[in-house]
Amino acid sequence: MKKIALYEDCDEDGVMQVAKRFVGILSCGDVISLKGDLGAGKTFFAKALLKMLGYKGEVPSPTFPLVQVYEELTPPVWHFDLYRLKTEEEVYELGIEEAFLNAVSLIEWAEKASHVLPKDLLEINITFTDNDNTRHITLTGNEKWQTRLKSF
Amino acid sequence: MTIKILGIETSCDETAAAIVTEDKQILSNIVFSQIETHQKYGGVVPEVAARAHLDKIDFVIDKALSEAGCKLSDVSAVAATCGPGLIGGVIVGAMAAKSIAAHQDIPFIAVNHLEGHALTPRLTHKCPFPYLLLLVSGGHTQLLIAKNVGDYELLGSTMDDAIGEAFDKTAKMLGLPYPGGPQVEKMAEHGDPKVYNLPRPLKGRAGCDFSFSGLKTAVRKYINADMSEQNKQDLCASFQHVVADVVKDRCLNAIDVLSEHHPAAKHFVVAGGVAANQKIRSTLQEISDRSKLVFVAPPVPLCTDNAAMIAWAGVEKYNGKKFDDLNFAPRPRWPLNEL
Repeated sequence: MKKIALYEDCDEDGVMQVAKRFVGILSCGDVISLKGDLGAGKTFFAKALLKMLGYKGEVPSPTFPLVQVYEELTPPVWHFDLYRLKTEEEVYELGIEEAFLNAVSLIEWAEKASHVLPKDLLEINITFTDNDNTRHITLTGNEKWQTRLKSF
Repeated sequence: MTIKILGIETSCDETAAAIVTEDKQILSNIVFSQIETHQKYGGVVPEVAARAHLDKIDFVIDKALSEAGCKLSDVSAVAATCGPGLIGGVIVGAMAAKSIAAHQDIPFIAVNHLEGHALTPRLTHKCPFPYLLLLVSGGHTQLLIAKNVGDYELLGSTMDDAIGEAFDKTAKMLGLPYPGGPQVEKMAEHGDPKVYNLPRPLKGRAGCDFSFSGLKTAVRKYINADMSEQNKQDLCASFQHVVADVVKDRCLNAIDVLSEHHPAAKHFVVAGGVAANQKIRSTLQEISDRSKLVFVAPPVPLCTDNAAMIAWAGVEKYNGKKFDDLNFAPRPRWPLNEL
């Protein structure tokens, strides 16, 4: 795992541009971990990504239902929020293994289920800046991710 | 003989069962609250919830029957929440209901949890269709026009966080215990709502949609380790004030739609757990008065998750002979406008 890219001071449009880099390069089995504090904008990023991938509907917060499934997309996307999980075993109840096989998994608070996560996941770290309206976004992953994201 | 419906609700925190009659008598309404189990974890834990539902469901159904003074053979149909919600829990309640229906050879009725909330005012009040409905809970925030049983027009919903979730996360950031909504409300009682300047997402814009994620981020900005109790109370008060203000703005737009398309409608109903918040209730009362609508808020125990509302939705569907097959598959996502 190494740092692939750092996007500094992204405003809303900047976040959309980062999300746009993923168009056309995602395939079933990809696992993306969205990291950041409460309010950093993890769901906002997920929303931007789903929009870029062609999803037209609303993207509700997955916090309460724990997972929102977007089967309409090709490949399908499962948007998880593991915030409310207590033990690692509970994640199986959400069908996360099925998602790892048959969909792209976008996971908020993935650290709550670190034991099931594949080694080749991409980590997207969103951090606060001094400006309320911007964030730093860091992408971390293996060489395969690096190649895919660079080839764009 | 009076029709009696057994209702079962297991879609989130509560394992609940109730018996309600066609003439609006709640013969029993048992809620086995799991809040105590969950408080340890700072949130609802799905598998704990599913397991706990499984542990308690028989007991809760037995208690609902005995408290109502009836036997299974007195029940005309059994209704259960079949979504939306945490699927593990929903399956427990749906399976129990299907088993009873199969064994007793009585109809099974699959109830949408949100429709249970939506029809509650017709159990507790005289509330003819159509009416405007604000549904606010931990997982849902939407404005609808209820036109008939099974017929809802969605006017707007949250584009990100639900209101209850915004309350819960604010509480969590402030280190308050779960569930966060009542805690924030309690803190707000002693706070000054004018101290913190928070954004009012979507206020003044057209439409009936909501957005609370930006508000959450704004609240976070003000939280720091040196906050006094008074600071926290002021922040809770400011937060709650802003939420009520946004709700008011969105509901006024919805009332415009209602009066344009359904001028005969006379009622404005609030349902769901957040309806227990007194500040939001009084705000809704005020705009109803101003708009010459009758404001209906079911009693708080019937606003939070309960089985009487599911049994009542069962009565309404029973009257329309709307029964479901025993192979009905529970749905984790099940919007009200897709019944």
